[in-house]
Amino acid sequence: MKINPDKCVACGNCTYVCPMGAIYVDPVIKRATINRDECVECYACYNGLSVEHMNPPLVRIVRKILHLGRVRFDPEPDVCPTAAFEPDELQWPRVVRRAFSDPRATHKSTGVQGRGTEEVKTNDVTHRVKPGEVGFTIEFGRPGVGVWLRDIQKMTCALAKAGVAFEKKNPFTLLMTDVTAGTLREDVLNEKVMSAIVEIKVGVERTEEIIELVHRVEKEVDTVVSLGVGTRCDEHGEENVIAPILKRLGYKIERAKTNMGLGKITNPVEAQGTEQEIEENREEQDGKIR
Amino acid sequence: MTNTLHRYGSAESFNDDYIVFASPSNGKNDVDSIPKLKKFLEMALPFKPVNIGDPVHGGALRPSRELRTSANWKRDFSPDFRAVIDGIDEPASVVAIFDNQPAAEQFLKVVAEADLGLSVNMSASVEGAEECCKFAGITRHSVGYSLGFEGTTEKLPNTQILTLATMCGHGMISSSLAKKMIDWVKEGRRTPEEAVTYMSRFCSCGVFNPARAKRVLEEARKKME
Repeated sequence: MKINPDKCVACGNCTYVCPMGAIYVDPVIKRATINRDECVECYACYNGLSVEHMNPPLVRIVRKILHLGRVRFDPEPDVCPTAAFEPDELQWPRVVRRAFSDPRATHKSTGVQGRGTEEVKTNDVTHRVKPGEVGFTIEFGRPGVGVWLRDIQKMTCALAKAGVAFEKKNPFTLLMTDVTAGTLREDVLNEKVMSAIVEIKVGVERTEEIIELVHRVEKEVDTVVSLGVGTRCDEHGEENVIAPILKRLGYKIERAKTNMGLGKITNPVEAQGTEQEIEENREEQDGKIR
Repeated sequence: MTNTLHRYGSAESFNDDYIVFASPSNGKNDVDSIPKLKKFLEMALPFKPVNIGDPVHGGALRPSRELRTSANWKRDFSPDFRAVIDGIDEPASVVAIFDNQPAAEQFLKVVAEADLGLSVNMSASVEGAEECCKFAGITRHSVGYSLGFEGTTEKLPNTQILTLATMCGHGMISSSLAKKMIDWVKEGRRTPEEAVTYMSRFCSCGVFNPARAKRVLEEARKKME
């Protein structure tokens, strides 16, 4: 992202809306400026601010007069009055920042499928987490802190060493050069992103071990970690396996996402992907996977 | 995505926060899912959601690329639910937010009866979601628990700011903006309703809960941590 200095009137509205705090008004050039190291290309400024198309020189004169008179300038706080934000043509590896930071970024341009993941949200049709398994989503950088990818590698290497399986359809896994070692591409390590989700799956019996591992390694990572734990309910809709473990570990579970089990495989066979995926779908529909 | 899972707050603080979303899955049920997604949101409207949205175009309050200067004095702060529904043009999760349990329960029941074939999830307090399922006669399939925030938590802002900022799980509502809105409400420069709409426009998928945000701002007006 860049700010056009010919248009910016240094109103300062954008300095508040940047989730990374990467925008400031430079006192020398008297224009809003982006700290490129800290900017994660989330586009919150470009996508979130409403835009007016006022004449920049005129706005500067009015602001100067108001300032001289010590009159408080009170614009709408979610507006860029002169449409000063202009997206960059991002190149690799910087484009990775946007893929993991801007929720509207399309993966077609990056080769990376955004930062989102379906986890248990579509588990009723994907059967991603099966009975007896537990899925972990380990999210780094959120809320509002951000994370350098080199820091996440510390966790992925530790998890790989513990022999866990990384979710293949998770975009972060696609950045790995070796899933058995948990190593990431060298050229992305010095990129900062809004957040990234490492997704793994293990047997229920390893729940406590993985939580302890995450606890231990997160101390080496200079950001916030949000841990999500997903599992299957029994045939009565009850979940009496993972919740007791979490409570025993001292967690007070305040919030959860509940999959209602209303999903069905409705795509025609030719739109169900590879032969293997078609076979899996057939098994799911036949109820072989419970 | 985990964008609704890790909202900050106690279970009690989620009493006015029930998020119901419908998701197509690539290769499973995404073909011809757009009419179903629209129908899902249409069915939500009679139960008076406080927000609806989709991740491609946003929620019921959106920023404008062509704002008139007069907007600084006279601005439309009303949500446009119809624009959200009409604008759905890709198979992606859609969401309806309710500020009370009876509405969420009733909606869930109607959705179950409609048998859309899409995956339907509720993000709420554990007990709240369980009670809604019970009311709607739904047997839960899977559950994903939030274990909250860990790691370098000293980098996080105070709890009121955190409560507001985490209502956009994608992180598009900055802590600075949330703090500014709390300050402006305290100063009397803006009403909580106005402050909420400013923040809503930054949420890129419509999961922001304006009713809960308004309550948080009202509480913050009287006491700042």
